[in-house]
Amino acid sequence: MQATHHSARTADLCLIGGGLVGLATALGLQRHGLNVTILDEADVALRASRGNFGLVWVQGKGDTLPEYAQISRLSARLWSDLACQLREDTGIDVELQQRGGLYLSLTEQEVSDREAMLFRMREAAGGDYPFERLDLKQVREFIPEAGPEVAGATWCPEDGHVNPLKLMRALTEAFLKHGGQITNSGRVESITPLAQGFKIQTPEGEWQCQKVVLSAGLGNRTLAPMVGLDAPVFPNRGQVLIAERVRPFLHYPTGHVRQTGEGTIQVGDSKEDVGFDSGTTTEVMAQIADRATRMFPILRGLRMVRAWGALRIMTADGYPLYQASEQHPGAYLVTCHSGVTLGAFHAGPLADWIATDQTDLPLEVFNAQRF
Amino acid sequence: MPNASEFPRIETGAAEWVEVDVDGQPIQVRAGDSAAAAVLAAGLLPSRSTPVNNSPRAPYCMMGVCFECLLEIDGMENVQGCMTEVRPGMQIRRQQGARHAEPVTHDHEDRQS
Repeated sequence: MQATHHSARTADLCLIGGGLVGLATALGLQRHGLNVTILDEADVALRASRGNFGLVWVQGKGDTLPEYAQISRLSARLWSDLACQLREDTGIDVELQQRGGLYLSLTEQEVSDREAMLFRMREAAGGDYPFERLDLKQVREFIPEAGPEVAGATWCPEDGHVNPLKLMRALTEAFLKHGGQITNSGRVESITPLAQGFKIQTPEGEWQCQKVVLSAGLGNRTLAPMVGLDAPVFPNRGQVLIAERVRPFLHYPTGHVRQTGEGTIQVGDSKEDVGFDSGTTTEVMAQIADRATRMFPILRGLRMVRAWGALRIMTADGYPLYQASEQHPGAYLVTCHSGVTLGAFHAGPLADWIATDQTDLPLEVFNAQRF
Repeated sequence: MPNASEFPRIETGAAEWVEVDVDGQPIQVRAGDSAAAAVLAAGLLPSRSTPVNNSPRAPYCMMGVCFECLLEIDGMENVQGCMTEVRPGMQIRRQQGARHAEPVTHDHEDRQS
């Protein structure tokens, strides 16, 4: 550690926010030989990374922004290397499976709408966008337990899933093993741009660093203006139901229901605009359970063991914010609602961009000036 | 009643005897006993294995909290044995690993006696 004139601790680079986005980016930055510290709030934080669904999902992502489709697919391709690296570094198997995924629908209209959307995406991708429309009989070739009310599905061979809690654990351990430091020093109070670098004030002391990355999810809204950036993000609640572990029967993830490697059934996909309330409601849980049991009647006999709500970090168009501060070079904003899917992208090309200030990727489309 | 159990019964009052089937063995228990008590009386231990690691487990808290006593009772898996009162002829079996999503049947199995 460098000597300083006062009590501030130093790092080459500080990330504010130690969720999946911050950790994955931090791991990538360590590969560039940087001394990286994560300033994570504390257990009172909103913690979207502890509440998500765990899909590594491609189909339908970026239907109105080809660059988002591009980075989602790039990340999906990079995911197996990340999973291997995490296993080598930590011994943790994050249960990555990428054998394709299905988005089931209970109405023909919805299947047709999704098919039309995916055709448009295929055109935008110059023909290279694998998917298929399946009828119920074809769905049952993948998942025999699909119920009679299922109208069909869209299938994409690039979809998959991981165990997000194991991923969180593995990223944390890998980061620490490579010499990273994580502090839980409360909410960052201020970021002051210096002649060179930044000074960050937390309730438990001060940090100085050359570069700072804002990866604090919804917290970025208040942090971004401190370094001349804008982060128009807002919360969008998702509720998740967990059923008891059962022997494997769902061998492919779906948009609403998946089974983890250990047998747990996870059911979700609700979207609510309820501010910062991360609770659950009987009404929405009932809707989620009703849809899931219509898709898979076999779930009817299972016991629910847990439920939770978590807040997605949304933008008006649903796409990420990746932006370097022009006013205060060395400050970067990194936020999105798909920290799992984009994890390998964050640990790879995005971290490379932050470390070198160079990239071949069209990241400029993800800046906040689009709003 | 087999004597393999390390849980000798303490007589606390008059109650009828009820016969249940524990993994194929006829076991006499008292009316009002729980299925978990029947398993302890039969010495059927470990009474389950865990879904992830298959590690052995047995009834523990006997008051509905710890879920260590999960059993298959009359074809229903993952039932809390300590919260289930015995009935004459109840079929109680070990819970082996994760349950099946669908109800189980044992019609194809040979019954032990």
